[in-house]
Amino acid sequence: MTVADFPGRFGEYGGRYVPEVLIAALQELEEAYPKISQSGEFRAELDNLLATYAGRPTALTFARRMTDDLGGAKIYLKREDLAHTGAHKINNVLGQCLLARYMGKRRVIAETGAGQHGVATATACALLDLECEVYMGEEDVERQALNVFRMELLGARVHPVSSGSKTLKDAINEAMRDWVTHIRTTYYCIGSVMGPHPYPTMVRDFQRVIGVEARQQMLDVEGRLPDVLIACVGGGSNAMGLFHPFIEDDDVQMIGVEAAGEGLESGRHGAALSAGSSGVLHGMRSLVLSDDDGQIFEAHSVSAGLDYPGVGPEHAHLRDSGRATYVTADDESALDSFVYLSRMEGIIPALESAHAIAYARTLAPKLASEAIMLINLSGRGDKDAPQVRDLLAARQSGSH
Amino acid sequence: MGRIGSCLAELRERGECALIPFLTAGDPNLPTTEALVLAMAEAGADLIEIGVPFSDPTAEGPTIQRSSERALRSGTTLRGVLRLIKNLRPKIDQPLVLMGYANVFLAMGERNFAEAAKEVGVDGVITVDLPPEEGGLFFDSLIECEIDPVLLASPTTSESRMAMLVEKTRGFLYYVSLTGVTGARKEMAEGLEEAVAKIRNVSEIPVCVGFGLSTPEQVAEVGRFADGAVVGSALVDLIEAAETPGPAVASVSEFVAKLKNALR
Repeated sequence: MTVADFPGRFGEYGGRYVPEVLIAALQELEEAYPKISQSGEFRAELDNLLATYAGRPTALTFARRMTDDLGGAKIYLKREDLAHTGAHKINNVLGQCLLARYMGKRRVIAETGAGQHGVATATACALLDLECEVYMGEEDVERQALNVFRMELLGARVHPVSSGSKTLKDAINEAMRDWVTHIRTTYYCIGSVMGPHPYPTMVRDFQRVIGVEARQQMLDVEGRLPDVLIACVGGGSNAMGLFHPFIEDDDVQMIGVEAAGEGLESGRHGAALSAGSSGVLHGMRSLVLSDDDGQIFEAHSVSAGLDYPGVGPEHAHLRDSGRATYVTADDESALDSFVYLSRMEGIIPALESAHAIAYARTLAPKLASEAIMLINLSGRGDKDAPQVRDLLAARQSGSH
Repeated sequence: MGRIGSCLAELRERGECALIPFLTAGDPNLPTTEALVLAMAEAGADLIEIGVPFSDPTAEGPTIQRSSERALRSGTTLRGVLRLIKNLRPKIDQPLVLMGYANVFLAMGERNFAEAAKEVGVDGVITVDLPPEEGGLFFDSLIECEIDPVLLASPTTSESRMAMLVEKTRGFLYYVSLTGVTGARKEMAEGLEEAVAKIRNVSEIPVCVGFGLSTPEQVAEVGRFADGAVVGSALVDLIEAAETPGPAVASVSEFVAKLKNALR
């Protein structure tokens, strides 16, 4: 069997590294997903939800002041911050929760780091009348108390996870344990282009709407495709959603920006593509942050959404093949760019998206003024405002 | 036939079910694990399953999760576990089977690990999250080194898949008794005997049952129809409860003897 005809493989990455109990459920999903998602009825229902509920298509905004300030490429922002619940996450959860309903699974579980995917899943479950339970690391429950309240308000049950590092990776572990236990009745709604096959493919397909819209919007506004795409990468779903419809367009450069945290050399970062090695985590082979003995590191980033020690397997493949390049932005530059975009364009970006802005600020001045840069603004930053206020206050008192 | 095969064949001939205790290597440290394994062997264990700790053990319940965390805190690595096997091998006759997660074994390299495991005398390897579709090179490397890659099957395994698993497994088939994680349960899974009988219909391979077994009564029940019964969390609980190695060895030894008596 060649790599090409093995479903769920992206070069050497992907696959299905799971306990035996899960195999049958993944096979069921692998069969149900194409059948249901390609049916006219499902397609029409999802398209309708995306348009009338999630607020799609999201706008493409020309960032005039940022373009003038940086003095290079023309910069456009794809405004996923304008989607319902404030980020691209809703695209995926509407697709998956609708799929769960078509499959007859009334109970949906999800993991969440900072709470964005949890809130989005709770939202979709409220809308579609599904039972929703969310696993969240104990530390994140404390740090993101408001999102816990939001999920509960939306009717979800939140389970704090106290094992391991008590963060996102442990929330995923616990969700997988729940799934193993309630395999016959439960749908696991994974939040990014990661996990065992068919999740990386399925989540990518549900997020492709970002790139499909952006591609058409660029053609409408500029009459041509952009030269560079920039998106932040944690698990990698917003980046994959933007990149994928452009993969065949060889002249479009694709750049993913990972979290360098306190710096790659500090070991406290979330940059699996830039500093990880090939390994197996959460049901997939991909690039992961792992020590020589095969133990997984705790990731670190000022942005909880990028605080993950693995990455979607298709990104690992795009890196190896050279089709996409991956760079990093650290906590400080993300924080600066959070403020920068707020002041320049009147858009408060999510701290995750601020990493993409940070790299764009270093690249744009080096490009010619004819060049077009498209940045995925994956989410809005209201959720980060209290944290940023504290960080800026700490920075100021440190400098006096 | 390897050490696992002969051990289970001999027991089958006597009409006896194998007692397979599990513990996590390095919980709370490797010298204690060595003492515990020797005590288990002495108390009547037929085959011993030694867990290799991993940071993200997705198939484990709280008891074994905590034991993995303790083992990692004491600095346990796969190389350390192999040194433990090297120390144990000349002292006991029972087959020693490692149980762990793909990333830890693969980090060492498939062939490197297989050769190192052969050198110290590992008899079998169970990898929780490595189905045969993904584990080709790893399983082939083990077989080349005369180590049995033991595969798992579960209540959700389809008939056609079961036929593939019994074909590919070596030593025995590890049947996961329930849909869930490891850990003691009050009730045994329903339909377990029928499930094992179904496997017997299609294969001669020994079938050992694990997950959820914790009492002599449950083990005796499984002993009526399976080739082996794995008990893990109940033993790990005893290790956790003991404040020093001495009492841990004593209580584990006593409990293993009770479990084995239930099978005689």
